[in-house]
Amino acid sequence: MNAEPSILAPVAVEPAAPSRTVLMRLVRNPVVAIGSVVLMLLTLIGLFAPWLGTIDPTAINPSTRNKVPGFERTIRADDGTTTTFKHRMGTDSLGRDVYSRVVYGARVSLLIAVSVASISIAIGLVIGLVAGYVRPLDGIIMRFMDGLMAIPGILLAIAVVSLFRSGLTAVIIAIIVPEIPRVVRVVRSIVLSVREEPYVEAAIMAGTRLPKLMVRHILPNTVAPLIVQGTFIAASAILVEAILSFLGIGIPPEIPTWGNIMAEGRNLFRVFPHNILYPGIFLGLTVLAVNMLGDGLRDTLDPKMAGR
Amino acid sequence: MLGYILRRLLATIPVLLIVAVLVFLMLRLTPGDPAAVIAGDNATSEQIALIRNRLGLDKPILTQFAIWAGNLAQGNLGESFFFKKPIGELIAGRIEPTLSLAFATMLIAICVAIPLGVLAAYKHGSWIDRIVMGFSVLGFSVPVFVIGYALIYIFAITLGWFPVQGYQPLSGGFGGFVQRLVLPAVTLSVIYIALIARMTRASVLEVLNEDYIRTARAKGQVERKILFRHALKNAAVPIVTVVGIGIALLIGGVVVTESVYSIPGLGRLTVDAVLARDYPTIQAVILLFSGVYVGINLLIDLAYSLFDPRIRY
Amino acid sequence: MAWRLRSLVAAAAIVAGASLTQAQTLKVVMHSDVKIVDPIWTTAYIVRNHGYMIYDTLFAMDEAGAIKPQMVDSFTESPDKLTYKFTLRDGLTWHDGKPVTPEDCIASIKRWSAKDPVGQKLMTFVDTMTADDAKSFTVKLKSPTGLLIFGLGKPSSNVPFMMPERVAKTDPNTQISEFIGSGPFVLKQDEWKPGDKIVYTKFKDYKPRAEPASGLAGGKVAKVDRIEWLAVADQQQAVNALLAGEIDMVEQPAFDLIPLVQSDSNIKLWNYNPLGLQYTLRFNHTQPPFDNPKVRQAVTYALNQKDFLEATIGNPEYYQVCKSMFVCGTPLSSEKGMEGLLESNFKKSQELLKEAGYDGKPIVLLHSTDLLALTNLGPVAKQLLEKGGFKVDMQSSDWQTVVSRRVRKDPVDKGGWNVMQTSWVSADILNPVMAGFFNASCDKAAFGWPCDEQMEKLRDDFAREPDPAKQKAIAEAVQARWREVVTHVHLGQYKVPIAARKNLSGILTAPAPVFWNVEKK
Repeated sequence: MNAEPSILAPVAVEPAAPSRTVLMRLVRNPVVAIGSVVLMLLTLIGLFAPWLGTIDPTAINPSTRNKVPGFERTIRADDGTTTTFKHRMGTDSLGRDVYSRVVYGARVSLLIAVSVASISIAIGLVIGLVAGYVRPLDGIIMRFMDGLMAIPGILLAIAVVSLFRSGLTAVIIAIIVPEIPRVVRVVRSIVLSVREEPYVEAAIMAGTRLPKLMVRHILPNTVAPLIVQGTFIAASAILVEAILSFLGIGIPPEIPTWGNIMAEGRNLFRVFPHNILYPGIFLGLTVLAVNMLGDGLRDTLDPKMAGR
Repeated sequence: MLGYILRRLLATIPVLLIVAVLVFLMLRLTPGDPAAVIAGDNATSEQIALIRNRLGLDKPILTQFAIWAGNLAQGNLGESFFFKKPIGELIAGRIEPTLSLAFATMLIAICVAIPLGVLAAYKHGSWIDRIVMGFSVLGFSVPVFVIGYALIYIFAITLGWFPVQGYQPLSGGFGGFVQRLVLPAVTLSVIYIALIARMTRASVLEVLNEDYIRTARAKGQVERKILFRHALKNAAVPIVTVVGIGIALLIGGVVVTESVYSIPGLGRLTVDAVLARDYPTIQAVILLFSGVYVGINLLIDLAYSLFDPRIRY
Repeated sequence: MAWRLRSLVAAAAIVAGASLTQAQTLKVVMHSDVKIVDPIWTTAYIVRNHGYMIYDTLFAMDEAGAIKPQMVDSFTESPDKLTYKFTLRDGLTWHDGKPVTPEDCIASIKRWSAKDPVGQKLMTFVDTMTADDAKSFTVKLKSPTGLLIFGLGKPSSNVPFMMPERVAKTDPNTQISEFIGSGPFVLKQDEWKPGDKIVYTKFKDYKPRAEPASGLAGGKVAKVDRIEWLAVADQQQAVNALLAGEIDMVEQPAFDLIPLVQSDSNIKLWNYNPLGLQYTLRFNHTQPPFDNPKVRQAVTYALNQKDFLEATIGNPEYYQVCKSMFVCGTPLSSEKGMEGLLESNFKKSQELLKEAGYDGKPIVLLHSTDLLALTNLGPVAKQLLEKGGFKVDMQSSDWQTVVSRRVRKDPVDKGGWNVMQTSWVSADILNPVMAGFFNASCDKAAFGWPCDEQMEKLRDDFAREPDPAKQKAIAEAVQARWREVVTHVHLGQYKVPIAARKNLSGILTAPAPVFWNVEKK
């Protein structure tokens, strides 16, 4: 099991490059630029969902179910006034507005992406540092991680999600657990290689205290690879959420996520493809943007890996 | 070398043991009650308690684990709560479709991805390179089931070239076997092609920049020969590695693809077992998949020394 | 030369013979996979359907709803209605070739009655069951009841299927391990792969009754040689495969896909089960707030059936608003006392909640997400209940989790529940004795555990009453009592058609899909 997943987890062995030039290179990289702009747009869509001409994404209306995009419905308010609402992306099998669900779905999908990436990196970083630095624990931790890693990710997620009452938290945990060992391995290998560096050995010999050693020498080296790793975790989190929903064990269908909308619409794919089409486009676009960002970051932050 | 192989083999035992403990603990903590599921709709509480007792679910967790581990050591995977069959038999009946799907996927992926990757590296920076790279990012970005539905819609429903769903065992005739396998395998291979093409391109690119290739070029060797004799050969290690890493991806994809195409393989068995809270089956399947994953990666580790004479143990 | 000629002729004969008697195989997608094959042990409908393939019954319900002898040739009833003598038909054999004996039947009745609600009630009337000779047996009752013949001809889960004595002696709470029946089809055990398919072949020695098939009664003539039930989890894929001609029949096509099926001239829809099914909402009577009858009554005002039916079925051709607690279109159905209920009178619901002192604590609604027929019920219930003044915590999970959760009596915050929704085949809830949700015997009742002595007394009266007119009066009394105690709520009646290729004919009208009489051309 020595095979490092090198394409997904580049290992930097040099101290971080000066940040100024890195930033400059990042800005100039068109892949990074496109990825970030798309992501920023999607984030804005998620944040401003209530003001983008949406209605309650969970409001059901059995009498106008399965309507094709462009269908107009008269909504009667409690005070008797009526307004016409256009279902831009049609309605689903409960008469909910697909457009509103897709727009609100951006919130959940991005929330999952960001929380899974940050939490798994945070946990993985701590465990990885411990494993890399505290020699007696290294063996135990790494055997445990090997065990976790030996369970294929989706299977592990399926098993974990069935542990909890199905909900947002359960899904997030289920996606985090399989990612942790991968982060741990990256961090540990960085710690180990950095320790070998002459200047770090010198620092240790000089009696530099552990916290300082960590902050000054070890952590900076983990930043670049972890940012890159984080983007890939984020992308896979969005996909795994969709797959769990597809298998019927994801986030409760009441909460609109792109995965949910597609999973609920899949039986009607042939008659009403809009249920899969629109969330599918958004999902693909988002993952594409995150992946592009990740690629760009890797090329820029880690020139050795350029082009991969 | 033999000593090394033996050491590596022994090293996988604790890994699998940890997997077993993890899986066992996880599933025993789930809220679902298999006894209630088995008892069905009209069951009274006493009937459910009886079933729980019969399945041994009322014993302490440690005892349950001991019984299970003891049987496992004797090669007995136990009996499925739900299917009422020995799990070994259950798995044996499901292996063919999954293996066929995995091999077909791998075959398609390697046949398509490696030439694509080499081409992209060779034409580095050209529009071909951009298309290949674009495709490889896109392949990572679309969920497997969306690809599946799109392919079914185009090739099975609209064009009618392939059956919509199902699996035909090899014993039922090679033609039908292949015909039913094409769409699922292509569906599943998309993400794999993306992965391998990317890695091939990167590795070949790296090798192409090495001095000895430049030397070969300077000596006037034919480009194709340089590409395939030198570059691809030396790029083999990372490519093989990524094929191994991709096994986990493949297993995840199998679960979804088998659901989309109604293929009675191990993936469907897993989902059915999870939904039915069929603990022994889930444990066995996860253990099996993990074993396969560990085994393949072990083989790949060992293969390094074949592909790359520089690595010696 | 002569040898060569002979073998040529022989080969030609084989080819000709093969094309003449080409085995007819029926490929079917049922609503679920067959994983359990003991129809007494579980009530799951797919297992009942399996039971009708390989087992036979003593009596059976015909298309008009009358109970007719099936394995029984004739029977006599003593004038005091306490002694019944049954004689079996000639030539009944098990799939292993042994003859069917009265001992087999008695053991089968015993095992069935240990599990089935009607059977349990029936046994409180039965004094003795004894075999008289190789062909007949006698049942002696303690007091008269119509439940004996009705129970033996019970059309849906649990159906009293006849099994060999050695199999029927299996403990009712243990699954049987030998799958031998005397029905028109034989289970091909070596080809049965749970999760993939289950295969049946024609039972060559089956002796059908002389009458034409009608409902579940009459001559069970197998007209195809082999039937495969394929497990296709994806509804859309099942319909796709039907349209492509890869399979012959889909038992329960998704309603939203029916237009797709209708637009194809090669497919025919069969309304084989006109009584259909009933959506049902069940309360947990042991947990607040639904331990208070007023709160349960509030629900009957807040809900309306149309919304549920629209959201799940959508096509009015296949659904019917039916307020009666007994299936619309059957003798006991009555709208008496149902005025004003199920009309989404949110004001009335809120008033009742106020009177009851509902504290606004969210009620836990179990919502199943993986069974197409049930998925859309949850959100509709949530919306209507919220408008009626409830706070609702809808907890979504797969059906298996719902099934394992609904049997828990724990408080809501410890994994318990308040409300859940399911669906009953109408044939299972025709009267207050068979309809399990009326059982109000507290702890002994089905999950939800309603507790009402008066209701139990009415059910007992019904079981004792052989006269149909008086039965109807008791059923109305049950409905009146129901209005007070509200054991459960019906959310609407609906039908699921079978979708089959046009070259299939002879699908019988019955409460369960059966495959004898079905022909493939």
